[in-house]
Amino acid sequence: MSDIRTRLRQSMLLAPTTLTLLVFMLLPMVLMAWMSVLAPDTYGGVRWKEWSLDAYVQFLYERDLDDSLTLNSDYLAIFGRSFLLAGFATVVTLLIGFPTALYIALKDEKTRQRLILLVSIPFWTNLLVRTYAWILLLRNGGLIDSALSVLGLSQGELDVLYTPTAVAIGFVYSFLPFMILPIYASLEKLDWRLVEAAFDLGANRWQALRRVILPLAMPGIAAGCLMVFIPAIGSYYIPELLGGGKSLMIGNLVQNQFGTARNWPFGAALSFMLLALVMVSLWIYTARFKRPPGE
Amino acid sequence: MQASQKLWRFRGVSSTALFAFVYLYLPIVVLVALSFNANRIATLWTGFSLDWYLKVMDNENILRATRNSLIIACGATALSTVFATMAALAMSGRRFRGMAAINAMLGLPLLVPEIVTAVASLLFFLALGMELGLVTVLIAHTVFCIPFAYLPIRARLEGLDPRLAEAAADLYAGPFATFRRVTLPLILPGILSGAMLAFIVSLDDFVITFFVAGAGATTLPVYIFGLIRMGITPEVNAVSALLLLVSMAFVALSYWLGKRQS
Repeated sequence: MSDIRTRLRQSMLLAPTTLTLLVFMLLPMVLMAWMSVLAPDTYGGVRWKEWSLDAYVQFLYERDLDDSLTLNSDYLAIFGRSFLLAGFATVVTLLIGFPTALYIALKDEKTRQRLILLVSIPFWTNLLVRTYAWILLLRNGGLIDSALSVLGLSQGELDVLYTPTAVAIGFVYSFLPFMILPIYASLEKLDWRLVEAAFDLGANRWQALRRVILPLAMPGIAAGCLMVFIPAIGSYYIPELLGGGKSLMIGNLVQNQFGTARNWPFGAALSFMLLALVMVSLWIYTARFKRPPGE
Repeated sequence: MQASQKLWRFRGVSSTALFAFVYLYLPIVVLVALSFNANRIATLWTGFSLDWYLKVMDNENILRATRNSLIIACGATALSTVFATMAALAMSGRRFRGMAAINAMLGLPLLVPEIVTAVASLLFFLALGMELGLVTVLIAHTVFCIPFAYLPIRARLEGLDPRLAEAAADLYAGPFATFRRVTLPLILPGILSGAMLAFIVSLDDFVITFFVAGAGATTLPVYIFGLIRMGITPEVNAVSALLLLVSMAFVALSYWLGKRQS
């Protein structure tokens, strides 16, 4: 009897959260997948009864006036660019983030806590505003430009803002804490006696790092890579603000379908493909490390 | 640890760490500094002034956007914290089938790219024929605030000695009395820090709000985005610096609360 009452209480406690997530998170995703295989209406919206794979065909082909299809690599190029920029940001944040996490992990308790707070503050502060700060730094006549010309290091203008380079700088800056924190979490749990043992057995620093520390920190490194790669590949406002027209990414393309282009099924198809991409990388991660990221 | 021993000093580690901290903080420092700049040209320093902050306080649109942001952040925080507390209590109870599925669902808003959530929510609201406004923003924010509120509460419950609740039950406290007099006071720090995180992520959210807000429910980040796209002005610096400082204060406070209790 009391068993049933415990179960009942448990389900009542869970109801608001489960219902909210089911109705307002999962259901919209299903709807999005459905809408991606419907025909678009003229001024936005969809024709509910008209099935169509046009959104996915449109991704690869251009429909000419006589209804023949020609290969169009524009959208593929945007996906490729997003992949490259997000991948590049992941590699660079790893190269900066791992040594930083190691540096913090090797400090004493009190310093560690202070440094982690220093990393966490940008993690929680407004990314949009932090991106805006880079416009002030990067634009022609901005801080970096003036500093370089005062030092006599540059000829003419910097011309970095509104290029893919600026987007990459923005990514690395925005997502660096996302890399440092999970790596630090795995280094913090690391049994340093193992490293000591490696030293005792005659390993040099490089060997200890490569053979002991890196393998043990691998779950944190992989989680960090996911936490940088996922938001970077789906990013909207960083390429919008720092990238200009030449560095359009998936996010901008998606937004465009609900703004000027008014093609909902195509927008839905694009974000569905982005979602699939992310789910595949998550699946690889869980298969490899047998646990969800962030744990 | 033998951090002092020479063997433990990996080459390049401290200089990379130094670079990382400078890289993380330089733009923030520059932005805040320039917001106190007297000059109209936003990136040229001429003298200290609070003019732009006064201008911001006088700007009708910014005030309205701030009010929207606060209404939504408070509403989403309240809803998500209550929901998350209930869920965390259930999840720390006896194991049941479907627990893993609920755990996965709770992680979903954290893992799915924001733009996907934004598009899915927008399509959902439009398909239902709902008018985009404060209500749709509030719903969307509550959804992604739940995991942020949930995690600290769950962590706090994890560290709780189950014998305390058992002792209360032995002393004839009903489930509700046990919760109110024993469990709640013990997990309150977790609830508070969860609520604060929910408040910050709601206040800071841009992408999802941008999609589901419609014209009437512009929040502060959405308004700032519009200003940035029109150009750089000292007012943008000032209002951005304000938003930055508010969220920093909240993080520091939540950290301090967590540390004091543990």
